[in-house]
Amino acid sequence: MADFINILGAGIAYGVLLFLMAGGLSVTMGLMGFANLAHGSLSMLGGYIVVMLMNWYGWPFFAALVMAALGAAVAGLIVERTVFRRLYWGNELDQVLLTIGVVTMTVAAATFIWGAVPPAVHVPAFLEGRVHLGFFDIGSYRLFLIVFGGLLTLGLVLGIDKTSFGAKIRAAVDNRRMTVSCGINIDRLFMLAFAIGSALAGLGGGLAIYLVGLDPSFPVKYLVYLLVVVVVGGLGSIRGTLAASLALGICDVLGKYYIPYLGAFIIYGVTVAILMVRPNGLFGRGR
Amino acid sequence: MVAIPVQPATPPALASARRLFVRRAAWRWEEIAFWVLAAASYFLFSDHLVLITQAMITGLFVVSLDLMFGYAGIPSFGHAAFFGIGAYTAGILARDGWGDPLMGLVAAALIAGVAGAICSQLVARLHGIAVLMVTLGIGLICYEIANKWNSLTGGDDGLQGMQVQPVLGIFAFDIDGKVGFIYSFIVIFLLYLLARRLVNSPFGLALEGIRENIRRVPAIGIGVRVQLAMAFTISAAMAGVAGALLAETTQFIALEVLGFDRSISVQIALVLGGIGSLIGGMIGAIVYTVARDQLSLINPAYWDFWVGLILCIIVMSGTGGVVGILRRSVGWVVARVRR
Amino acid sequence: MTGEIVLETEALNRSFGALRVTQDVSFQLPRGARYALIGPNGAGKSTFINLLTGVLAPSSGRIRLHGRDVTRAPVEERVRRGLSRTFQINTLFPRLSPLEATVLAIARRHGLVTNPFKRLSGCTAEIDEAYALLGQFDFGADVGRPTRELPYGRQRLLEIVLALAAQPSVLLLDEPAAGVPQHESAEIFHALAALPEDIAVLFIEHDMDVVFRFAQRITVLVAGQILCEGTPEEIADHPQVREVYLGNGDDV
Repeated sequence: MADFINILGAGIAYGVLLFLMAGGLSVTMGLMGFANLAHGSLSMLGGYIVVMLMNWYGWPFFAALVMAALGAAVAGLIVERTVFRRLYWGNELDQVLLTIGVVTMTVAAATFIWGAVPPAVHVPAFLEGRVHLGFFDIGSYRLFLIVFGGLLTLGLVLGIDKTSFGAKIRAAVDNRRMTVSCGINIDRLFMLAFAIGSALAGLGGGLAIYLVGLDPSFPVKYLVYLLVVVVVGGLGSIRGTLAASLALGICDVLGKYYIPYLGAFIIYGVTVAILMVRPNGLFGRGR
Repeated sequence: MVAIPVQPATPPALASARRLFVRRAAWRWEEIAFWVLAAASYFLFSDHLVLITQAMITGLFVVSLDLMFGYAGIPSFGHAAFFGIGAYTAGILARDGWGDPLMGLVAAALIAGVAGAICSQLVARLHGIAVLMVTLGIGLICYEIANKWNSLTGGDDGLQGMQVQPVLGIFAFDIDGKVGFIYSFIVIFLLYLLARRLVNSPFGLALEGIRENIRRVPAIGIGVRVQLAMAFTISAAMAGVAGALLAETTQFIALEVLGFDRSISVQIALVLGGIGSLIGGMIGAIVYTVARDQLSLINPAYWDFWVGLILCIIVMSGTGGVVGILRRSVGWVVARVRR
Repeated sequence: MTGEIVLETEALNRSFGALRVTQDVSFQLPRGARYALIGPNGAGKSTFINLLTGVLAPSSGRIRLHGRDVTRAPVEERVRRGLSRTFQINTLFPRLSPLEATVLAIARRHGLVTNPFKRLSGCTAEIDEAYALLGQFDFGADVGRPTRELPYGRQRLLEIVLALAAQPSVLLLDEPAAGVPQHESAEIFHALAALPEDIAVLFIEHDMDVVFRFAQRITVLVAGQILCEGTPEEIADHPQVREVYLGNGDDV
């Protein structure tokens, strides 16, 4: 039983990471109608920023995380302003092909700059090891992820639900034209949303690397899972992304532990099945 | 049904209308040039026949994707599944005693075709990202099956021990790849002709209708499901034959034939060459394969970066790949000459 | 107004959750009719057309085409049985030419679209018919140009051409003159007037000019329900219609 809770905890932690990385992508795809397959590159960037700042410059972990978020936000904004925004609400296939091109470039660039060997990842001592909670114990870092990620998630959900910024985003996802005619500066809304989504991705990446490692193929490795989470959850739905992330995280870890033979197979099968029944995802709205 | 009284049209204008369709199907100079060059490469590049054969096989694969993507407008991130199914079909048959290559091709086409038909029903009611995800999912599922089903496919190690018989019982596959080249060339050329005919038929026109406006298609009485089922079947069968050719000419199948990377790189090759022109698929495949072979000797990361950049440029500028550039330049030259 | 009923609905209902967009609509269209469907924005006119054509499935009720129950039939089957429609917003094939689009529609009628082996250039009968049909609408040299390059009015005409290419017995026109600039609308009116007499036509229109010009009978739809039906004169005088739709007193 304790074993099971441990693994469940690992699954939840993984789900939280997926949510952080994918949350911004869901908003981007639902809000700007832009399929950004290069989103994982922002997470990778966040990861490498953390590694660089900690290993080369001796920065503390949490400060490095902040920079990871900032760096990813800046990088994301630059690419968005120059390239991506021209394809908003355009042909999805063009977006997909473009962002595939971008991913390919970022993977190649990362290999060139940092090499293909996974770097060593450190975290503060108090986050290593395990914590005893009643009748089971759980890895400290995983617990930290769940708590921290949980708080962040709560903040995001509240932000979407309660703030006027969140309301504007929800309105724009629901009906873009109407929102524009309400006098809302949709361009700035997109920019802010993209920046926040990128920052989250960078943060998620920075947090993830201790658990899953880091190498230049990171964006491609997680591309499938990010897409699954976003599409199954429903484009533009924070709750949907959260639900799908947790479900995927738990299923993935449980699956690999208890039925390794079938593993990923089940996840893909379930994804296909869900999409066939609900093409807009569990919580999504049709366009 | 009420017949609308239609006045007979005046002959000269009608003839020009008919000519529009003749011109639509006419052989372009880049097509003729490509095939002549391809045939001639048997003599011109006799040291690199194996590489060229693989490039041509990839070309057939890309052409099959073009039918779905360029003509019907259905993207597929899992097309490698059909390629792989064809490859493994031929491979398993050859390993287990039925090594006749032509039979391998037919079997591959049949099984991959059936898989395509099934796939078409899965994506029938979807569009946009959902189609990408489902095709991606299907491709990944096939990869996982091949990976885990060791006894059948050899799993991670690949399929080995193929015994491919001589073509027609006479021409045995040789180390230099001569027989392999001629065999593949003929098969690929015939299938290319088939693809051309298909694209310039009412069926092909219906596919283009689906691409251009899927809502309008049922409104003129055409069933989208049926059309896509046929298109997917044909496209998958073609990809399957390409896979079988690869298996037979190299007598080995690596698990990557089914992989995500292969599905993506075939999309990239198609965009590079030019979507929706068929010959663009062949050209893109050759350029991609040869360039990757040469450039990755220098530095693999280098190659990827430039491919990514070129892809971005092509998409942003909407030039339509190599074929688009060629046609535009020729058009420019012709326009100047006319003046 | 008498004659065989070619299209009818029986207590047709459609709800989206708690919202009833179509309520208990029973409607009949006889052969050769020129009927109009009017109503304020949001009345459910387009929904009704979508129900008739099969784009939407009804929550309850029946639809009969030539006496045959087509309530569960898919869109393409209804087209094959003689029901064609045009769309309010041009729903055409941007990169195909009018000729290609029309040939496609006619080829479908001749059962050719599932044939991957027949050469398009060999479809002379279909090309001839398409060319002649387009000629009736004065397409001229435009037949070969991509649809997206044509002026809006021409595209609107192509909508009608494609619907006619199916040789329908029932034609549903969704705001045929919508968005067409003044100088091009004459062509549309010309086309509407020239429609074969045998075809039953139902059109949705906001433009009262068009309605009073072409309609023999008008149905007024408000909030998903039929408010009233009658000749143009009857409708123009109907007090409730004036209130709900035509405005109070001054401008009519």
